[in-house]
Amino acid sequence: MTRVMAHIAMVMNLDKCIGCHTCSVTCKQAWTNRSGMEYVWFNNVETRPGLGYPRRYQDQEKWKGGWELDRKGRLTLKSGGRLRRLLSIFANPIMPSIHDYYEPWTYDYENLTSAPLSADTPVAPPRSLISNEPMAVRWSANWDDDLGGGPALASRDPVVERIGDRVRLDFENAFMFYLPRICEHCINPACVAACPSGAMYKRSEDGIVLVDQDRCRGWRMCVTGCPYKKVYFNHKTGKAEKCTFCYPRVEVGLPTVCSETCVGRLRYLGVILYDADRVTEAASVPDDRDLYEAQLSLFLDPRDPEVAEAAARSGIPDDWMAAARRSPIHDLIMKYRIALPLHPEYRTMPMVWYVPPLSPVVDALAGSGHDGEDAGNLFGAIETLRIPVEYLAELFTAGDPAPVTASLRRLAAMRAHMRRINLGEEPDPSIGARAGLTRDDIDGMYRLLALARYDERY
Amino acid sequence: MASDAENLLLKTGRFFRRVPANDDPRTLYLVGGREGDAFYRDRWSHDKVVRSTHGVNCTGSCSWKVYVKDGIITWETQQTDYPSVGPDRPEYEPRGCPRGAAFSWYTYSPTRVRYPYARGVLVEMYRQARRGGLDPVAAWAEITTDPERRRRYQSARGKGGLVRIGWPEATEMIAAAHVHTIKTYGPDRVAGFSPIPAMSIVSHAVGSRFVSLIGGTMLSFYDWYADLPVASPQVFGDQTDVPESADWWDAAYLVLWGANVPVTRTPDAHYMAEARYRGQKVVVVSPDYSDAAKFADEWLAIRPGTDGALAMAMGHVLLKEFFVDRQVPYFTGYVKRFTDLPFLVRLRERDGVHVPDKFLTAADLGDTGEGAEWKTVLMGPDGEPAVPNGSLGFRWTDSGKGRWNLRLEVDPLLTLYGGRSAAVDLPRFDGGAGAVRRGVPVRQVGEHLVTTVFDLMLAQYGVARDGLPGTWPSGYDDPAEPYTPAWQEPITSVPAGRAVRIAREMAETAAKTEGRFMIVLGAGTTQWFHGDTIYRAFLSLLLLTGCQGVNGGGWAHYVGQEKCRPLAGWAQLAGGLDWSRPPRQTPGTPYWYLHTDQWRYDRFDAGELCSPLGPGEFNGLHTADLVARAVRSGWMPMAPAFDRNPLELGEAEDPVEFTRRELREGRLRFAAEDPDDPRNWPRVLTVWRSNLLGSSAKGNEYFLHHLLGAGSNLPRPDPDAPQGKLDLLLSLDFRMTSTTLFSDIVLPAATWYEKHDLSTTDMHPFVHAFNPAIDPPWETRTDFDAFHAIAARFSELAAEHLGVRRDVVVVTPQHDTPGETAQPGGREPDGPVVPDLAVVERDYGAVAGRMATLGPLAEKLGLPVKGVVFRPDAEVEWLGLRNGLARDGGGRGRPLLDTEAKACEAVLALSGVSNGRLALQGFAQLAERTGTDLSELAHGGHRIVFSDTQARPVHVASSPEWSGKEAHNRRYSPFTINVENGKPWHTLTGRMHFFLDHDWMHEYGEALPVYRPPLDIAALFGEDGQVQGGIVVRYLTPHSKWSIHSEYQDNLIMLSLSRGGPTVWMSVEDASAIGVADNDWVEAVNRNGVVVARAIVSHRMPAGTVYVYHAQDRVVDVPLSERTGRRGGIHNSLTRVLIKPTHMIGAYGQLSFAFNYLGPTGNQRDEITVIRRRSQEVRYQ
Repeated sequence: MTRVMAHIAMVMNLDKCIGCHTCSVTCKQAWTNRSGMEYVWFNNVETRPGLGYPRRYQDQEKWKGGWELDRKGRLTLKSGGRLRRLLSIFANPIMPSIHDYYEPWTYDYENLTSAPLSADTPVAPPRSLISNEPMAVRWSANWDDDLGGGPALASRDPVVERIGDRVRLDFENAFMFYLPRICEHCINPACVAACPSGAMYKRSEDGIVLVDQDRCRGWRMCVTGCPYKKVYFNHKTGKAEKCTFCYPRVEVGLPTVCSETCVGRLRYLGVILYDADRVTEAASVPDDRDLYEAQLSLFLDPRDPEVAEAAARSGIPDDWMAAARRSPIHDLIMKYRIALPLHPEYRTMPMVWYVPPLSPVVDALAGSGHDGEDAGNLFGAIETLRIPVEYLAELFTAGDPAPVTASLRRLAAMRAHMRRINLGEEPDPSIGARAGLTRDDIDGMYRLLALARYDERY
Repeated sequence: MASDAENLLLKTGRFFRRVPANDDPRTLYLVGGREGDAFYRDRWSHDKVVRSTHGVNCTGSCSWKVYVKDGIITWETQQTDYPSVGPDRPEYEPRGCPRGAAFSWYTYSPTRVRYPYARGVLVEMYRQARRGGLDPVAAWAEITTDPERRRRYQSARGKGGLVRIGWPEATEMIAAAHVHTIKTYGPDRVAGFSPIPAMSIVSHAVGSRFVSLIGGTMLSFYDWYADLPVASPQVFGDQTDVPESADWWDAAYLVLWGANVPVTRTPDAHYMAEARYRGQKVVVVSPDYSDAAKFADEWLAIRPGTDGALAMAMGHVLLKEFFVDRQVPYFTGYVKRFTDLPFLVRLRERDGVHVPDKFLTAADLGDTGEGAEWKTVLMGPDGEPAVPNGSLGFRWTDSGKGRWNLRLEVDPLLTLYGGRSAAVDLPRFDGGAGAVRRGVPVRQVGEHLVTTVFDLMLAQYGVARDGLPGTWPSGYDDPAEPYTPAWQEPITSVPAGRAVRIAREMAETAAKTEGRFMIVLGAGTTQWFHGDTIYRAFLSLLLLTGCQGVNGGGWAHYVGQEKCRPLAGWAQLAGGLDWSRPPRQTPGTPYWYLHTDQWRYDRFDAGELCSPLGPGEFNGLHTADLVARAVRSGWMPMAPAFDRNPLELGEAEDPVEFTRRELREGRLRFAAEDPDDPRNWPRVLTVWRSNLLGSSAKGNEYFLHHLLGAGSNLPRPDPDAPQGKLDLLLSLDFRMTSTTLFSDIVLPAATWYEKHDLSTTDMHPFVHAFNPAIDPPWETRTDFDAFHAIAARFSELAAEHLGVRRDVVVVTPQHDTPGETAQPGGREPDGPVVPDLAVVERDYGAVAGRMATLGPLAEKLGLPVKGVVFRPDAEVEWLGLRNGLARDGGGRGRPLLDTEAKACEAVLALSGVSNGRLALQGFAQLAERTGTDLSELAHGGHRIVFSDTQARPVHVASSPEWSGKEAHNRRYSPFTINVENGKPWHTLTGRMHFFLDHDWMHEYGEALPVYRPPLDIAALFGEDGQVQGGIVVRYLTPHSKWSIHSEYQDNLIMLSLSRGGPTVWMSVEDASAIGVADNDWVEAVNRNGVVVARAIVSHRMPAGTVYVYHAQDRVVDVPLSERTGRRGGIHNSLTRVLIKPTHMIGAYGQLSFAFNYLGPTGNQRDEITVIRRRSQEVRYQ
């Protein structure tokens, strides 16, 4: 019978993300503001469309992260088999350089107080933290913030490259949204598989992926292996480091730093159960577009008595089972089906999922008296939002628009349903029904997404 | 699966590590053997977590956890323990933003000011003079009065050469400068600038207390920052009062208008995101595709500064469809009771037709009784004029007692339609100054031809009714007549159809929900020269739909953290009111306008911006003349007041009579009439909790050039104007800014994690504490300790040099005092008004002792606030027990205020929001005045003490200090007391005003809501628009994602997350027109200065407009300008002050002066600039 494993996972509701980067800063301050790690942001937030951090990390043709199926349909690391990597261990060529992240810098702040009497006002010019030489700032940890792409960069966004002219980069059609990213703590982590030292591991009790700092030999195969580029090289210690899912906090019942400090209140943490024996099978489905459903099929219903029994056999404690039963993650992913995985096509079975964002309707429609929020227009309106569904589908469902559209429709249906109540009108059950939601579903979603109480988010 | 060979390899060796075999060899699961994890566990450990917050002007007032390990501050994360705001809505946790999260970087950063510094050349000269045997005051006098030495240190300002000095020497020089200035020029030549008390109440109060006790003047900030929406005093008679952000949740329709909530209200934005799930519709009106637009259902991309046109057109739709074509009982009932729409206005004949003139008053009906000129009149259903309760004539008179309320004894007529009519001329400004002729129904009342404000509104908005004379729009699609939807389209670029539809949605939602339609307003619409007209057009939408004073409805203006909730206690301490009254307080904008000589650069006639239908009094005048007239008319205070030392005036036997005689006989003149006379210069300026010169100083280069004498990037400085007026610029800060760089003396301040204080905001209803996580490091000191050190040294020197003196202080008629009825009829006085004067005795040797104790006037005269007076006898006694009594010094026997914590305790004890006993007293007075039972509003047992705020944010309670109700089971919304309890607004009619009848409002054509376009700067300043190699663009400075004003813009973490230095956002079109690519260096140049920055090119920007996000200081990555060869300026180097005369009106109801309540705004958004690509080789030296 099923080998049940428990995983602590995260869902971020992008519809609520304000792109403030508080998560990035609190994470940076707590974990990586030290030498060797200046350029490292375990948590970063990208404006989409955009190049991301490191630049164009999503271009796996170049970076060879994640898995692919070989000719026999078997999972293999995209960067090549282990044997090949072992042979090339001393020359790992497929890795972002510091310039693909950014060259960290500081300023000559001391000038401001120590400058002697001179001809002009003292100033603090930039200076590289790598070379210690004066430098011109040409890229940063978040260079394309709020650009919405911009003429110079958007066309090089790997997602835009894929969907081509479905993205129009002019003022009238401008759109943007934010994508906060941490390590995906994948069920099928390519970084772990790529590590020649056995230094990377996935904790059996909660699924957190870690680097054993004593074991790491700095081969950096993990950096290549991770398609999300969320394993970093500490150039001072010569070891790999990555997001730890704040295990020192999680272990004592505190949310991760990025979750608790998220002022958009869009991060959810919780336990989800999965069938460990079926991971390989699920990660190996031939069609990329089936990976989302395949990953869903791994997740187990903690209320199912058979699952509970199997979980007990697998050594999952009762309190973890209780947590799994009231897990917001389980509800958002399985019950309401509004959260989606990031780039399932990398076949790593990522465990940080996203609720896709709504956006304004395009002006052409608004001008014609079209009210996208009106329930009658609701289902047409999803396709007319400024953020192209195709773009979201490339991020979350390997290009399949159907799950994205379904998720957005559920969000919109919740709004339309609640608006009637807000205005003192009779609820219209057909609104929810058309999006596949019962009244109870809407109430549950509303409680989780709108009220979003602290003790129910985590 | 991978190849067999690989699996074999894995199974046998797992490369270099042996672990228990796993069925699935791709993934290594580990249970034990994690010694390597210890690093992160160790990093997470800490010794203590301390609650504090950030004293920064962001309105956040977020409570934070500050982590300390081994005596070092490591980082911070947000507190999540705010009291619940209800089980059915989102909570406030976890307030915060990335800027706050990056604060601890400053603690040990290389920009930290660790020691006292002073300009080397000044210190050298001072020491030399001291070595020569001069005492400190004489030494200071010698240096500053010798032209050569004066020039030497003034011209060195901002050019480095700071040297470390000790606290004793620093405080001695500071004290000497103050004593010399008071003695030689007068105490009102000393000024203090420190904004936004709410962001750290005691740190503000302590410095302000020092300045006030010595007779110096505090300068206002809210109006100076252009954050003050002048429409608020005009319409509401209130400075600003707005809903807490949890009340956004209650709105069913939300418009974000010129507000970028995710960026500027980061901790609160979630309420907007979440309320959408409750079915709230969100509309964003913004020139760019902003961060907020992402959350909108609709985005209206409006042309900058034309928001008023869109709002006027929406008002046209509302009036037509919801007042003329049909009536909505909720709307009609609301406007009759709570607005001035039913009130009667006299018409005046002009060129054969009529113009609106003044409100009809009881005096016009022949009433000669008390307050008759302040009692406005409406028309009963029987066609008879009636004088309802609640107008200003009932507020301060004995006979008005019990009648200052909103009870209507008759059902007033909104319109006089159905009988006679008259043509009226109304001003329009959409194509330059012009007029429209329209008609209103009229009645004859005695000798007066009258109509209603409602009828005038319909005429103004162009809503036709059959049979009225004049020219009217033919329909919504008439583009020629204001204010139709089609008329606004070419102005705003918002399609007419959308304007109509959204206006209907607003009104329909408001009708269904009885007022739950809200507009969140931001700096994007406030900070224009005509921002008040833009706001009045917005407020009209809300008033007409009955949204104000309703939870989930009304205006939500969040620009500047103005809400110091414990207002009465703060005012007492900050003004030193417990020891002497009145304090000197001066509106900032006209002060800087005069003293930085920006007035000299106004080339246009003050009549140019006037209505063609006005009296024409401004023609041929300079705006500086109007400033002087406002001062002479007793409308507005100015510092200095006179061209003579007020202590010298105090030496007369009867100082008041003497001063009046000198004024009358022309021997004494108002200083505002000749600001460049050295006798009238400001001499000492102290800036704390602020970066004036790197942030708010509009006309930055004029400050540097004329006020400081430091040289500048001004292209054509006026050679006749003085350079170097200030003798001493002193700043207190914990980081290096333009202000510290240009200061003569810089004192090292403790940060917000190193002191006790209090924080409040309008965004949430809590008060919470700052607490020291560590002691102030190096030689830093809290503002509290620094000012007490200055005061101690000052008192020593002053005891000898100044002694006990009498100071003659001008008393300006103030709002919320009987003074607001000083000038009936809203007419400008014919000539200079001899001002009211007060004689204040100043015991200069006792200043330090008095600062550190609560003086006797607290209980003797009480604590005045918004027209009521708290009597804190029990509180003074309590404070004596709690804080102890002074055993010696100038405050002997009085309760001690000698530590920050004790001062916090006093603020809380002396305020109604935190002390229910005082709130009850205030409501009892209001109950007597209004004749209404208000006892349900307050609870005498409610009491917050300082330790409560240290433990957790604490909910404040209702108090007459504010207009809305506070309770655990409802969210704060302003004016709910007015609406629910029938308490009048603090205005002329006691209602919210559409109509403002003061002479100067007519002069400017703004008696009614009106559209006024952005200023045509090129025309006003005679620029021809011929530009080579560059383009002319609208220059906007919206608030930044990476800073709070200039705070954090120098923070390495913020810089790493953005572009790492000054930037200008440009559209693709504009960038390509001048050959600029993303990240190219550009220069923006205009007649005010120069900015050097890198370009960010994005298609989310509209063509023709650039953003230089406020406030990018000159300290980080600013090269030398190609144009001037000098250091590039700050964002405000391209802006300057332009005074709108109507903001100076005083002594007339709600248009009366009060500090930070009414005054000219430092608006800066009408500006334009030329922008060019520059050489990409930049030099810093």
